[in-house]
Amino acid sequence: MNDFVLPELKQIIGAMLFVRKEPLTVEEIRRVLTATAERRGGITSDFAKANEALIREAVDELSRDLVERKAGFHVTEVAGGWRLENDANCGPWLRTLLQKGRGTRLSLPALETLAIIAYRQPCVRSEIEAVRGVAVDQILRNLMEMQLVRVIGRSELPGRPWMYGTTQKFMEHFGLKSLDDLPGTDELRRMEAEQQALRATKAAEAAADEAEEPTEVEAAEDAEGEGEEGSFEREGMTEEEIVGADDSEGEEDEFADEEEDEFDDEDDDEFDEDDEDDEEDEE
Amino acid sequence: MQEEYKVRLDVFEGPLDLLLYLIKKDELDIYNIPIERITTQYVEYLELMQMLDLNIAGEFLVMAATLMMIKSRLLLPVEERPELEAEEEDPRWDLVRQLVEYKKFKDAALHLEFLEQRREDIFGRDGADPVLSKEADLALRDVGLFDLISAFNEALKKVKSEELLEIFAEHFTVTDKIEVLGERLRREKRFSISEMFRDMRSRHEIACTFLALLELIRLHQARAVQKETYGEIFIEAASGMAEVIPPVVDGGAPSAPPN
Repeated sequence: MNDFVLPELKQIIGAMLFVRKEPLTVEEIRRVLTATAERRGGITSDFAKANEALIREAVDELSRDLVERKAGFHVTEVAGGWRLENDANCGPWLRTLLQKGRGTRLSLPALETLAIIAYRQPCVRSEIEAVRGVAVDQILRNLMEMQLVRVIGRSELPGRPWMYGTTQKFMEHFGLKSLDDLPGTDELRRMEAEQQALRATKAAEAAADEAEEPTEVEAAEDAEGEGEEGSFEREGMTEEEIVGADDSEGEEDEFADEEEDEFDDEDDDEFDEDDEDDEEDEE
Repeated sequence: MQEEYKVRLDVFEGPLDLLLYLIKKDELDIYNIPIERITTQYVEYLELMQMLDLNIAGEFLVMAATLMMIKSRLLLPVEERPELEAEEEDPRWDLVRQLVEYKKFKDAALHLEFLEQRREDIFGRDGADPVLSKEADLALRDVGLFDLISAFNEALKKVKSEELLEIFAEHFTVTDKIEVLGERLRREKRFSISEMFRDMRSRHEIACTFLALLELIRLHQARAVQKETYGEIFIEAASGMAEVIPPVVDGGAPSAPPN
């Protein structure tokens, strides 16, 4: 222990993030700090006192440090925890290094269907089809298989159709922290609000009509909702997860613009062609 | 010779997509659609899709009927239109409203696409990118179906005058064309769609080639890319292009020499 210099909290967290692939949560960090204090005692017990606020502060500081130093990676908040990710503008080189092609991308019809669900959730299939003007059952099935969409209940409409919503995986796939990150949210949400008002009145009417039904209905809803979820690994989004943590919104879009223009075209042309040239040379 | 290679390409686009495509293509005013012109074009594309035997939704036909109904109503002098419509000033209005609403979600979808692309450049600690558990097999990712059909249509129009040549019934199959295209892709890596159709003499050959192209795209062997909207479409070899295509046909296709 001769050379042992007590690290700062942000260092410890940084080190933890470095060895962890999955997102690290505040709770986990606290648990580790306490457990270490119990095991090692001495000065390590200082860190056991760190509360959530302190931990968040340390993460913020670490995050700022990494960005300032242009380390090539940064801390990102995802799925209720933090993890390290490379800076997006370094992607083209990483893809070469990791020998990755382009990732799986969704087709436009699939993206549109997703967009409708994202803005209008919870919504039933007929709503989606009314907007798109064409059947979406197969797309919907694919989106469910990809775990981007899930059933979140049953509607009170005749036939009690399924209602769909987006999943946590949807947020991850698009790098969204909250549904508010979606553009034009105001306008499209307003429609959503109107619809919900409409649905609420309809539901109220239905409830008035058949006063005893609701309890039964709710029970069925829960049971079926659960069964459907069984195949999904992640828990459904809670309201907090969707709405929570909406701090750094604007900045994302800024550098995203340049990146799109500069890299997307170029990397398709030049990087790929370079590769091909190399291959040909070898032959 | 084996049986004709059957391409089953599901079309996930609907009639509204086609209408918006046509409106945008000719830079028409969505609030004042020249219904006669749009109907003609719509039907033309519909026929092309049927000619290619694409798996299109019945809604396409419903829309064709709707368009024709609107067209016929517009032909009537205002005072002779049925009572009900007197309130609704313009028979196009319902359609316009639907198109405008859909357009909003299309724009939202474009933003999602942009987010997805950016996300693609980000990897986690283990170099793993968040992968969708199911292969996103919803075909035709890079260029819209209707852009491709436009290119196909142009190729067909060019050949029309020489249709007589079809008398010398050369026989083309989609299978052959898949091979030819695949071979060419391996050799050239990239060519434009008009080059692809160049020197083709018959509608039959063009149709086979086009179907072969769709199939190669569906099998992730080829990619269609377009630099700007309505610009020239280029066909590229997909990064994971197999040595031998097509995998579905047996007994045929002498394999390409391994490189």
